[in-house]
Amino acid sequence: MSKLANVLTGAALLAVTAGAAQAEGFGLGREALPEEIAAWDVAVLPDGTGLPEGSGDVWTGDEVFAEACAACHGDFAEGIDSWPPLAGGLGSLQDRRPVKTVGSYWPYVSTVWDYVHRSMPFGAAQTISADDTYAIVAYILYSNGLVDDDFVLSHENFTEVVLPNAGGFIVDDRAETEYPRFSAAPCMSDCREPVEITKRAVTLNVTPEDPDGKPAGTLPPIMASAEAAEVEATETAEAEPAAAEEPAAEMAAAYDPELVAAGERVFNKCKACHKIGEGAKNGTGPHLNGVIGHTAGSIEGFRYSKAMLEAGENGLVWTDETLGAYLADPRGYIPRNKMSFAGLKKQEEIDAVIAYIATAGAM
Amino acid sequence: MSDDTHKGTTRRGFLGTAAAAGGAVVGAATAARAAGPDPLITEVQDWASSFGDPVDATPYGMPIRFESHVVRRNVEWLTESPVSSINFTPIHALEGTITPQGCAFERHHSGAIELSKADYRLMINGLVDKPLVFTYEDLMRFPRASTTAFCECAANGGMEWGGAQLEGCQFTQGMIHNMEYIGVPLRLLLEEAGVQPEGTWIYVEGADASSNGRSIPMEKAMDDVLVAFYANGEALRKEHGYPVRLVVPGWEGNMWVKWLRRVGVYHAAVESREETSKYTDLMADGTARKWTWVMDAKSVITSPSPQAPIRHGKGPLVITGLAWSGHGKIARVDVSLDGGVNWQEARLTGDVKSKALTRFHLDIDWDGSEMILQSRAIDETGYVQPTKDELREIRGLNNVYHNNGIQTWWVREDGEVENVEVG
Repeated sequence: MSKLANVLTGAALLAVTAGAAQAEGFGLGREALPEEIAAWDVAVLPDGTGLPEGSGDVWTGDEVFAEACAACHGDFAEGIDSWPPLAGGLGSLQDRRPVKTVGSYWPYVSTVWDYVHRSMPFGAAQTISADDTYAIVAYILYSNGLVDDDFVLSHENFTEVVLPNAGGFIVDDRAETEYPRFSAAPCMSDCREPVEITKRAVTLNVTPEDPDGKPAGTLPPIMASAEAAEVEATETAEAEPAAAEEPAAEMAAAYDPELVAAGERVFNKCKACHKIGEGAKNGTGPHLNGVIGHTAGSIEGFRYSKAMLEAGENGLVWTDETLGAYLADPRGYIPRNKMSFAGLKKQEEIDAVIAYIATAGAM
Repeated sequence: MSDDTHKGTTRRGFLGTAAAAGGAVVGAATAARAAGPDPLITEVQDWASSFGDPVDATPYGMPIRFESHVVRRNVEWLTESPVSSINFTPIHALEGTITPQGCAFERHHSGAIELSKADYRLMINGLVDKPLVFTYEDLMRFPRASTTAFCECAANGGMEWGGAQLEGCQFTQGMIHNMEYIGVPLRLLLEEAGVQPEGTWIYVEGADASSNGRSIPMEKAMDDVLVAFYANGEALRKEHGYPVRLVVPGWEGNMWVKWLRRVGVYHAAVESREETSKYTDLMADGTARKWTWVMDAKSVITSPSPQAPIRHGKGPLVITGLAWSGHGKIARVDVSLDGGVNWQEARLTGDVKSKALTRFHLDIDWDGSEMILQSRAIDETGYVQPTKDELREIRGLNNVYHNNGIQTWWVREDGEVENVEVG
């Protein structure tokens, strides 16, 4: 009775009181099994809590890093495009453009180990073994000039590694440094000299724009909105038949539109690295326009792995079949290629994404 | 309730407000004379004569097509990949305080995953008497609580640290949403597992590939944190963590872990990537603040604003905006029309809730001259929203996070609005 009464009277969050439930509990849920805890509790703390046994050396790390990490972070952990650099930046934290890396900014090596092991590689998380994680972390430490090339990181020496910026953090002190200063009774009149505009966002011109040049999402004039909507609808209607005259659309007709649409959803897994369609450029991965029917490793301007170039030289051409086999097991089909993607498990997904790539990338 | 007696709504208040603006008081409410009969009135329109949509046309409705511009938008150059990125709530186009789920900003670290209720599991382990696994069905059998709370990304306004950069409050303050949640108090789940005395922290993590995880002190975990499964009356959307997310009122959005899969009880903070290399605030001297969880008081005028220019010319003008504080309720919002020289109190419209968005309005008679609009939030602790320069003076230019400085809009005579800073 008491538990229920407590609960029923408490509409607000705080009113669901602890006291009643504490004694016997609700008896909901079941005990977690050791295997389940081992599978999900992978957190590693600065004091080594949660760290599995194992080890890895810098040279192994160099190899694993080249395969699993370098596509985004660069061969030397310097970071490609806007992907995070993991090395360098030492002494830059007071610069106008500080470079925050494992060496210059991160306080704990446990953070690197934990993050690599649980969240990397991007798009293929939780595929790095404990030993490979030790090796990758050893290589990142080496890239930052923090250890020699014969260094071996293991669970035994883990807590001895101290990163340069370990002492660079303070616990939130706003209550002392800011709140008193910002708690005076606010001025209401003649608070300052008349102001002048000193900075205008418009001079930077980096805001996404609508077709009319106004900031994206600008509200249409109320008294013209119905008319404007009509114009927009007409323009879309006119654009579609025009596109249909292009050869791309004819080729695309070979695929079931529903399959293509499903493939577009699957392609969400790819588009972090691969661009496709009009104006697509190489990014972390090569653009995929015209890739079907193309020799492997031959999209202009992309720096392929040696393995992919060799596959092309040996006559590999991307067809529905070869691309399907590659997407099912990227690292098994072409060992040591650069693509850090675990592969698509379902044949429907493979068929769909190929239909999409063929359609969206038809040139 | 609060909107019938305050200054600005009565005729006297209206004129007083306009005078304070420094402009000539224009014959405020003189209606224009029509040039001729309006055909929208005199002619029978299609919609007044034939059928509209039947009840079986739209089992789940979307906004009418005339509102198609009211959508989340992202800034492509901000991030390398759209699956580890952010978009922005169109706050310039919304009113009231509740954010519709369909246009509430999204921040993912490895994309929005599809996780069914049947496949959902929540584990509580670590320094507890009995490690537990809950199914979604289990969670539905715990007593439920409700809370309305804003969720603001710690980086909201981060692009403006160096100076005015983006045109529109959607982009400068739009990493925020405000929803009414229903769920189970996290405290009940922790008590079910039995937290041991040395368990002073929890670590919460998501089921997605980023496995985004944050440490939360036990005191907060036992206070007002909610394991939520409904928002604004319906199930959470996929992009907001369906079927279960954490709600951490007043604290930075990164801690509101989506697709919540594990709550670990620890003796210390985990010091994960998201609370060391990210979401720490670099100061001018090269040290960094960590554990800056609370979102300080902040406000912004949502209209007029760069994406919501004044198109109706001079005369009555509604100025509206949002205010919020991670420390509690908003006590007051002031608005300046002259860049902070003079201020007047705005009206708080509707209920004022702790750690939730509060709506404010100020009705003025615009004389058509340029204005430099600012708003300033004051919360129940007495904290007054600072200027950007005051923040920079303390924190430097590399802080990135927790930019709660006063926003300035320059309203030009033609009604167009720009994001500016003043000195």
